[in-house]
Amino acid sequence: MAYVAVSGGKEAIEESIKLLDYYKSGSDKDIEIEAIENKLGLLVDRVMSEAGLYSRTYAALALKQCEGSIEEAVFLLRAYRSTLARNYYTDTVNTDDMRVLRRISAAFKDIIGGQILGATYDYTHRLINFTNGESAAELHLAMQKKLAGQEPAEIVSCPRVSTGLKKEGLIDSFPQNDLNPHDVTVNMLEFPADRSARLQTLARADTGFISGLAYSSLRGFGQVHPTVGELRSGYVELCVPYPLSEGESVYIGEIMITEVECFNTADDKDQLKLAVGYGAVFGRNETKAIAMAVVDRELDSGGPHPAQNEEFVLTHGDSLEMNGFISHLKLPHYVTFQSKLDSVRKTRRPADE
Amino acid sequence: MCLNETPVLSVRQLCLRYGDGCSECQTSLEKNRCTVCGTVWAANDISLDVYPGEVLGIVGESGSGKTTLMRSLYFDFIPSSGTAVLSDYKSGRVNIWEASAAEQRLIRNTIMGMVYQNPLLGLRMNYSSASNIAEKIIAAGSRNASQIDERARELLQAVEMPVSRMSEPPRNFSGGMQQRVQISKALANNPALLLLDEVTTGLDLSVQARVLDLIRKIKARYGISILLVSHDLAVIRMLADRTIVMLDGKIVESGLTDQILEDPQHAYTQQLVHSLI
Amino acid sequence: MNSNYNYAFLDEGSKREIRRSVLKAVAIPGYQVPFGSRELPIGRGWGTGGIQLTLSLIGPADTLKVIDQGSDESVNAVNIKKFVGLCTDVETTNDTRKATLIQTRHRIPEIPLRNGQILVLQVPIPEPLRIVEPCEEATKKMHAEKDYAPMWLQLYESLVKYKKVTIPTEYPCMVEGRYMMNPSPIPKFDNPKLHRAECLYLFGAGREKKIYAIPPHTEVVSLAFDDIPFERESFAGKKCRLCGSENTYLDEIFDPQTGERFFQCSDTSYCQEVRRHVSE
Repeated sequence: MAYVAVSGGKEAIEESIKLLDYYKSGSDKDIEIEAIENKLGLLVDRVMSEAGLYSRTYAALALKQCEGSIEEAVFLLRAYRSTLARNYYTDTVNTDDMRVLRRISAAFKDIIGGQILGATYDYTHRLINFTNGESAAELHLAMQKKLAGQEPAEIVSCPRVSTGLKKEGLIDSFPQNDLNPHDVTVNMLEFPADRSARLQTLARADTGFISGLAYSSLRGFGQVHPTVGELRSGYVELCVPYPLSEGESVYIGEIMITEVECFNTADDKDQLKLAVGYGAVFGRNETKAIAMAVVDRELDSGGPHPAQNEEFVLTHGDSLEMNGFISHLKLPHYVTFQSKLDSVRKTRRPADE
Repeated sequence: MCLNETPVLSVRQLCLRYGDGCSECQTSLEKNRCTVCGTVWAANDISLDVYPGEVLGIVGESGSGKTTLMRSLYFDFIPSSGTAVLSDYKSGRVNIWEASAAEQRLIRNTIMGMVYQNPLLGLRMNYSSASNIAEKIIAAGSRNASQIDERARELLQAVEMPVSRMSEPPRNFSGGMQQRVQISKALANNPALLLLDEVTTGLDLSVQARVLDLIRKIKARYGISILLVSHDLAVIRMLADRTIVMLDGKIVESGLTDQILEDPQHAYTQQLVHSLI
Repeated sequence: MNSNYNYAFLDEGSKREIRRSVLKAVAIPGYQVPFGSRELPIGRGWGTGGIQLTLSLIGPADTLKVIDQGSDESVNAVNIKKFVGLCTDVETTNDTRKATLIQTRHRIPEIPLRNGQILVLQVPIPEPLRIVEPCEEATKKMHAEKDYAPMWLQLYESLVKYKKVTIPTEYPCMVEGRYMMNPSPIPKFDNPKLHRAECLYLFGAGREKKIYAIPPHTEVVSLAFDDIPFERESFAGKKCRLCGSENTYLDEIFDPQTGERFFQCSDTSYCQEVRRHVSE
């Protein structure tokens, strides 16, 4: 009978929620929201990207509320976002104008605008630092001091690596498409999916799911072995159309994103061309951005493998949907199980009964 | 067979190409590929008739377009142009390639039966043999389980399959038995036309002989029209009343089977016939 | 009521959009209407389709009943009631007759519902054809062309293998002879209650983003071959140990101490009512 007891469900839930506090009571130290925002920045990035809501503070708040569970934090943000009316769509952002903090190309050594290694864990030795005891206050002060003496560099528009290849005709060029995107947060995703719907779905997808799919494609369940043509992360400015005068926009702030273009060879009648896969995510989640670009390309090419199947990829990677449906298995299924039992028993009775 | 009757099936000018084609295609073909634009003509201007009760054989090497023709007729492939009419479908007034998807499914399930070279294409390997046959009967509208059972049993007997194994899935069976299940499935709704695509290819010689014998019996018993594709002239000689010879997507010769075997006109046919002897 | 959120949580625009989908669903019985499913503070897969229907329809004059597995007190039912209560202050009840809006998971109440009542069913997988075809693009075409042969084949295959149709819950029905419909994971026992009912049935699938409906007096027929009648779960010779009912869906209960097996009504409020009646 356990927890669906004919009565008592209400009390059980209340007690269960109280008991959650037990797990937070093991230490008398607290974590400030500000600390989560600034010291667990990559975690915050991942939560924002999977939630599809850019708010560092709310992401930190959500993480604190649920003991750092990514799926719970994404859930909290999504549920909150759902209550907000969508008042404006921003103008299309041209990432050429990004305030770049990191920019690399695995395709060319020299690229217009140059490569900037920026901050990355890629070249660190993964050795646990057992002291890990740097003083937050000292670090903060030292960095402030260092920055105070520097002039902010002017932002120069920096064309993407693919732009040159497009001019050469090696990459297909497409006409500018300014149609409104198919917004999957207000419309059901239908198949075959619009590319905007695909990219939005991939950008919000669970990091682990997308990475696993991309990995499967690299290992042979797919045909992509891409070159990272360009990975750039930095800040982009967001503007919304000014309601009172047409053609003008108002700056509302900036967000940090990571953008990736992967190049693959592809058939072009009896010659070859380069095909691009595109990935863009909130924050500094580089693996997800690359994986997204790989999967985007796989979906373009199509084929028999999981990563090439649009419906398979786009319907199974949403954190909320997958975790919700898996966890619903914990709900009582007494009625349905009783029915299954009935079916099983009926097949086991002698036929003449 | 009677050539004065209305054909069961008439195909006119079937083309199926891979590529956009160009104005020079027909004069610049190397085998079936246009040297100018690279378009491949898998089927190139195929016209034929199948008359009631006859077996029309189609012979040719792989890549000649035989299977393209068959799979187009069964709606697996979509032709680039051409018409096909069936006397049993709207009295032959409607091109079956222009029928709706639902109508095409009805045609597949009631007017035609197909036996593929590869049983994986024709059978549901995880369903019982009875269900494989039932699929057709259900698609034709029957909703009476005991009648479906009865019919499945009858058909399996007709193809000399042990009825005791009808609840087993075809994946448990040998290649020859799988072809028998496919044939019984194809016959489920008494179709006017049976399409046989290299049905004995890949089987042991003794098994081949038994399957061919079965097809002969079925023809005699049901008086069904058969379109039979094979690369093997021996199979054609055994079963076909008339024969069409295909090469590089085109028909190069056609006539009574005996006539083609005894007095081949086209150089390719001559080569084929000589290699048989 | 928590005034940080709109009445019934969702913003008015979203609620209106959901109601529009409901109207379409009522107009085409059994057809799955796609809608822009909103995210809720309750997990996807935990009844969010049903809750969105409830939230978009509920008003101050309504009386709400929520059941899970037939029980008003089951954790999930309590949780949903608590959430709807938090953002509406609407009156809740366990009494099936008093409710204007009933949200349910896996059961239809034993008391026949009347005109004016709405039963909202939570649906995990709205597509009845999913068990024979995994791809949405394909199943959409199958519905459009009324190509339901693969489902009949599934039924036939289970007859061949087991001499019985073995689909337990989510037993497919034909609605008005046109659309095949998944009645949600209610037991077959409840399927006949859908046929020519007095009330409106609404089905909501939040994760799969579909809404469908059975308006009052609609013909709903459970799939069965002509010569093999549709069969419900059987509880022959068994009755509820609490109220003695012999015609209800029963839960099977083991007494871990004695190892004894009991049966009791899955619809708890019905069971209580019968007992009250007897004691009066």
